[in-house]
Amino acid sequence: MKKSISTSPFKLTGEQREHLLSIIDTHKDTKGAVMPILQEAQDMFGYLPKEVQEIVAERLNIPLEEVYGVSTFYSQFSLTPKGKYNISVCLGTACYVKGADKIIKKVSELLKIEPETCTKDGKFSLTACRCIGACGLAPVMTVNDDVYGRLKPEDVEGILAKYK
Amino acid sequence: MINNLDALNAVREKARKAMNLRLERGIKSSTEFKDIDIETCRKQVLVCGGTGCTSSDSEKIILELQRELEKYNLTKEIKVIKTGCFGLCALGPIMIVYPEGSFYSRLKVENIPEIVKAHLIEGKPVRHLLYSETIEDDKIKSLSQTPFYSMQRRIALSNCGFIDPENIEEYIAVDGYKALYKVVTEMTPEDVIKTIKDSGLRGRGGGGFPTGVKWELASKNQSDEKYVCCNADEGDPGAFMDRSILEGDPHTIIEAMAIAGYGIGASKGYIYVRAEYPIAVKRLTIAIEQARRYGFLNNNIFSSEFNFDIELRLGAGAFVCGEETALLTSIEGKRGEPHPRPPFPAVCGLYDKPTVLNNVETYANVVKIINNGANWFNSIGTEKSKGTKVFALGGKINHTGLVEVPMGTTLREIVYDIGGGLPKGKNFKAAQTGGPSGGCIPKEYLDIKIDYDNLVEIGSMMGSGGLIVMDEDTCMVDIAKFFLEFTVDESCGKCTPCRVGTKRLLEILNKITSGQATMADIDKMEELCHYIKANSLCGLGQTAPNPVLSTLKYFRDEYEAHVKEKRCPAGVCKSLLKYLIMEDKCKGCTACARVCPVGAIKGEVKKVHKIDDSKCIKCGACKATCKFGAVKRI
Repeated sequence: MKKSISTSPFKLTGEQREHLLSIIDTHKDTKGAVMPILQEAQDMFGYLPKEVQEIVAERLNIPLEEVYGVSTFYSQFSLTPKGKYNISVCLGTACYVKGADKIIKKVSELLKIEPETCTKDGKFSLTACRCIGACGLAPVMTVNDDVYGRLKPEDVEGILAKYK
Repeated sequence: MINNLDALNAVREKARKAMNLRLERGIKSSTEFKDIDIETCRKQVLVCGGTGCTSSDSEKIILELQRELEKYNLTKEIKVIKTGCFGLCALGPIMIVYPEGSFYSRLKVENIPEIVKAHLIEGKPVRHLLYSETIEDDKIKSLSQTPFYSMQRRIALSNCGFIDPENIEEYIAVDGYKALYKVVTEMTPEDVIKTIKDSGLRGRGGGGFPTGVKWELASKNQSDEKYVCCNADEGDPGAFMDRSILEGDPHTIIEAMAIAGYGIGASKGYIYVRAEYPIAVKRLTIAIEQARRYGFLNNNIFSSEFNFDIELRLGAGAFVCGEETALLTSIEGKRGEPHPRPPFPAVCGLYDKPTVLNNVETYANVVKIINNGANWFNSIGTEKSKGTKVFALGGKINHTGLVEVPMGTTLREIVYDIGGGLPKGKNFKAAQTGGPSGGCIPKEYLDIKIDYDNLVEIGSMMGSGGLIVMDEDTCMVDIAKFFLEFTVDESCGKCTPCRVGTKRLLEILNKITSGQATMADIDKMEELCHYIKANSLCGLGQTAPNPVLSTLKYFRDEYEAHVKEKRCPAGVCKSLLKYLIMEDKCKGCTACARVCPVGAIKGEVKKVHKIDDSKCIKCGACKATCKFGAVKRI
């Protein structure tokens, strides 16, 4: 999958740096530590800025290339900041058969952003996601942790309004 | 800490007492009842806490129930239990009241006070909120009597929706950890492997490799360390049975992995689960911690020499990690790229040690096989496919959800009898099984007995068991394109046939759906499909062309209509659509011109309107708006 990569610099506060180092240290001695560390780091920062990946590589004493290889391989890892509200439209088979493409198009139209990008004010970002397993409610979209199911394109505007 | 049979039985008896209402007349019972004698029984209210129902607010329903029960001071007499998935996701959120087993569906928070007062206090079930198929004249049937359940045979799912997955004692009450006791104290590792081999259990995640043979291979390879892994990276879009088992019955997976560990001589296990399944991750974490506390994991299990422990690893969204060698590489914390087999994981797997890797549903059968014997299991199903299979019904079907049926059940029985047919009385066109690796089953094969071999014979595969139903409004070329977009995105890029081949395949499909293809393109596409299948490194690439090949096999006429007539028979492929206003029907009301988002419709009031094809974006808004049926899609 294509990944967009943020080029704007990111500066960690001293506190964030300490926290990140403590995350790395708790996993340091377990086998296969890179993924759990990146997952927790992403929970903390919302995405994985280059600066964060550099710290992970340095502390684990592995090449940055290895960390970057992992962060770009898996779709869960984001290299660009997400909006305050991240809208995920499920494009799994069950949702697709029930018209999920019309839902994502509607969100895209209303927010004037393409999938995998973020609005200028940083409020909303849009992602097309893989099956979240709520096929019984297809088509489904999520706004952060809220799930909306059995959607019709005309429902989208009302849902977005709740977060504006 | 439980280290002997007496201790296990003591917990079992105690927990069974608390669960008595459910055990006596549970899902398996067939009681009919009118009103309930409130004096003699206390109640248990089960609310589904699976992903589907949680998404439709079952958490809020539980809170409201508790609030109402507190109001009437009934929290001691009436217990609210959050369970795993019942299977009928289309009707969520779902609630069952025991002992009578009455079944409420599509609940809203505001319904709760009424149910608490009328049903739980006065003993009169609230009929208008009950699932309609459970009401017959003045009787209310239990869930087991509805067609959705009566035709199922639940083995892997037997505890889902029945026990509290966050309470290990409820699992022990339904014979949990008894099989582990039996294995560790009464059986040799060879006995365990023989039992699994004799049962005929085959892997439920893909190709259907015999599980016992896999275990035997790993057991015969000598090594200082071996691993037992569980593939819970259910990436096949439209399949969610593994998630439901992990959410509804996590202990059965832990117990089965420990049994596998004993069988092959491993002391360490990993469960690789999708991070997109937060509820499953949470319940597994709780279950592992509980199992350690009760002594079913860690050292000297049941006071024996056998040690076994399990760690969770979260996937990060890569479909290829469902492939076994890629999954094991990912557990090692690297890019989840596959590598060639042999060597198979049973010889050289995780950290180059012998490794057994099975998927969740496979493990969910193991405990029952040990408890009931190999002969019990292999008496179910067809000649070469034993036991049951869980299917995730989705797409254009009334009862979306999870069903478990004996192998050999026909597609017609699954779609029409259990699944309740297609909505709006539409016609069945095809069912897609096996996700992006599988193919479609057209209506000529509705009466085929579903098992591993029959599906492969007709060009599809069992895969993990997603079963997406499609009706006449689905374009089969578009579906093939949908799956190809998926594989192009998910191809890891390691080998060229898959990385480049799938992309070229998608380009041809795009040409077809946009009306620019020639018949030569179809031939070229078919050739390319066979090339990719034969030359790709792993299962992802080897099966990626299947959706194209199987739609070509059964719906070649649709491909040809796209190419020769530049027409999409199902009316899905936008660039091939054309909207026309029929002169005889148009009243000149201007409604279509006003609703057209691009101003492609021109015409004066009370005169016939016309669509400018060069501007039209084929959104269909005019057709939806016209009250006179004057807009035609061709």
